[in-house]
Amino acid sequence: MFARIIPIVVKEFIELKRDKWARFRLIVPTLVQMLLFGYAATYEVYHVSTIVLDLDHSQESRELVSRFTFSGRFNVAVARSQAEVTKAIDASSAAVALVIHAGFAALLRKGQDAPLQVIVDGTNSNTALIALGYVNSIARGFAQDYASNLAGRTLGVRGTKQIQVTLEQRPWFNPDLNGRWFFVPGLIGTLTLVIIVNLTAFAIVREREVGTLEQIMVSPIRPAEFIVGKTVPFFVIGLGEVALIVAVAMLWFQVPFVGNPFVLLFGSALFLLSSLALGLLISTLCSTQQQAFSMNFFILNPFFILSGFSFPIASMPQVLQWFTYLNPLRYYLVVIRGTFLKGVGLSVLWPELSAMAAIAAVLLTTSILRFRKSLE
Amino acid sequence: MKFRRLKAIGVKEILQVWRDPRSLMIALLLPFTQMLLFGYGVNLDLKHLPVCTFDREGSQLSQDLLKRFQATQYFNIVHNAKTYAEVKAAIDDGQCGLAIVIPSDFSERLNDLGTAPVQAILDATDDNTANIAFGYAAAIVEGYSNDVEVTWMNRQGKALQQIQPMVVQSRVWFNEDLESRNFIIPGLVAMIMALVGAQLTSLTISREWERGTMELLVSTPVKPIELMLGKLAPYLVLGWLDAAICLVLAALWFGVPYRGTLFALFVTTSLFLIVVLSIGYLMSVLIRSQVGASQIALLVTMLPTTLLSGYIFPIDQMPKVIQGITYLVYSRYYVSIVKDLFLKGSSLAELSTPILFLVVYASAVMLLAARAFRKRLD
Repeated sequence: MFARIIPIVVKEFIELKRDKWARFRLIVPTLVQMLLFGYAATYEVYHVSTIVLDLDHSQESRELVSRFTFSGRFNVAVARSQAEVTKAIDASSAAVALVIHAGFAALLRKGQDAPLQVIVDGTNSNTALIALGYVNSIARGFAQDYASNLAGRTLGVRGTKQIQVTLEQRPWFNPDLNGRWFFVPGLIGTLTLVIIVNLTAFAIVREREVGTLEQIMVSPIRPAEFIVGKTVPFFVIGLGEVALIVAVAMLWFQVPFVGNPFVLLFGSALFLLSSLALGLLISTLCSTQQQAFSMNFFILNPFFILSGFSFPIASMPQVLQWFTYLNPLRYYLVVIRGTFLKGVGLSVLWPELSAMAAIAAVLLTTSILRFRKSLE
Repeated sequence: MKFRRLKAIGVKEILQVWRDPRSLMIALLLPFTQMLLFGYGVNLDLKHLPVCTFDREGSQLSQDLLKRFQATQYFNIVHNAKTYAEVKAAIDDGQCGLAIVIPSDFSERLNDLGTAPVQAILDATDDNTANIAFGYAAAIVEGYSNDVEVTWMNRQGKALQQIQPMVVQSRVWFNEDLESRNFIIPGLVAMIMALVGAQLTSLTISREWERGTMELLVSTPVKPIELMLGKLAPYLVLGWLDAAICLVLAALWFGVPYRGTLFALFVTTSLFLIVVLSIGYLMSVLIRSQVGASQIALLVTMLPTTLLSGYIFPIDQMPKVIQGITYLVYSRYYVSIVKDLFLKGSSLAELSTPILFLVVYASAVMLLAARAFRKRLD
């Protein structure tokens, strides 16, 4: 049996070694995508373009504006009229506008509700929501400091006898809320999925298209042996891809890895099996490379969207959430982020690992059965 | 350039599309399925985030606060922990995204010191969700804090002192309810059209090479520019159909408000289609195998359009170098046009800058494509 499998494995590796273009496709797009995702994909909000209209010109209003300027979250520009503010928001040159009306300081000193008018461009709701959160927290800080100051001056009380409940933020696993730590490890799953499914599907469809598949079938090799021989090299390549992405994530993007590398390795192996089976399945559904290509596109897109790679599963409609349970990428991402950032081990990740094992088993059986049938 | 020859190519291309119902189905089905998949799957709104509570005091005051978390649609309390280890486990295994921990001396501190802290432990592996969840949680705690102060003051018989010397009156323009769907779906239209459009034309010339009909084509008197226009025109019609499917789904099915004029939408969409189709055609001319051409077309459209067009990740938050690169991504212009047309109702004059960029892009790509095609067989 091994005598028949090994030549196939060797043949695949030789093919890969002689195909410069294939090697290029394995490494360069991976690196380019990592750089793009690492630098471009972020929901973080810094330097929000902000326009301020201060009609009060008081010490208080200037103090308030300077809090925005020095927060590092807002890039403050000054407007001279209401019309200018409206225009800036309309033309998207400012995403946030702060308007302080005349009489702001007078109201503050009297202790009456002094209004700070905030206009937010809601076009990008996510940025708007986060920016609004920052505006509120700066305003809250200003109001509290001013109130305690006022109380100290007018009532002669030191400090405050104000009743106040504060909420302390404790972000675990990613204390700076760094978006890169979320996206970059996730790429291990998405990139290997594309590469492995593509490689497997194309390798087999190509043999079929060129006609070499028939030649192999008249040789004494059995279908199962052929499949093993075909997929072992891709499994090795997949592990190589995982290693490459992990290395770039840790060394270039400085994403911490606090968990057990063997848990990640085990999860990766299970995930690669599912990916290989998926590629094999696609290859049985297509007779030309062109078909394999559109099929890949059709099938892989839902895998990304419904995985939690960039969009939280909890926000999806219930029906789509059910679909995510069939998606091996969903579980793999939990394993990746669990080992990278949370440092949890088998005791926490066993449900995900068993789900991946089950999916891999079902996919492999189906694809091998279908593949054997497609040869007859 | 002779119109007769242009028409001949166009008619041939139409027949070829029409008589290949499978490809035609894919061309019309793809935008439909992708719109539905992305439209439902892509969502950044925070709703029903599973929350774990750890009330170490168990007093009236602390329970009042936790009830407020349950009352909003943003949070859903799924676990009431009895020990800190339970909290840790709930966050570790991803069962909860947020844990609210109330200290055992909560009421005491509030009465004696006036201030009492509450802890929000966030699973920050998803930094965006964590950030938004904290914003909502802070707003809930602030509302609670104000109410507690009012009752406290009343009980003390003091006149209600000024609690909030300043109020923030925030108003959101263009997307008043801050629904992520309203900004994602118009961008999605642009993304799907970029993908499908380039795929449509990426096969036209490489197919002639693979099927051997290029020899025939070269022996005819057709000129490169006539060939290009003749090949693009039928796909422009197909592209209009795809665009109509996407836009109608966006406005009617997903209910994204459309505030611009239909004329502006038609002009800009046609312009964008011309850019996209020409890019597919250029790939087809440059690469002679069908698989190669459509793969490269996917590579040059998909990745830049998803990441660098501003369709979901805001461009002004990217590093300066990447911001510079985005000017080369043609989808960037159409994404901003569609968003502005849908949500802001901008006029053609207000959109003149991105339109100008698209015009420049379209002419450059068409010029390149027309020049790249040579009537030679080597």
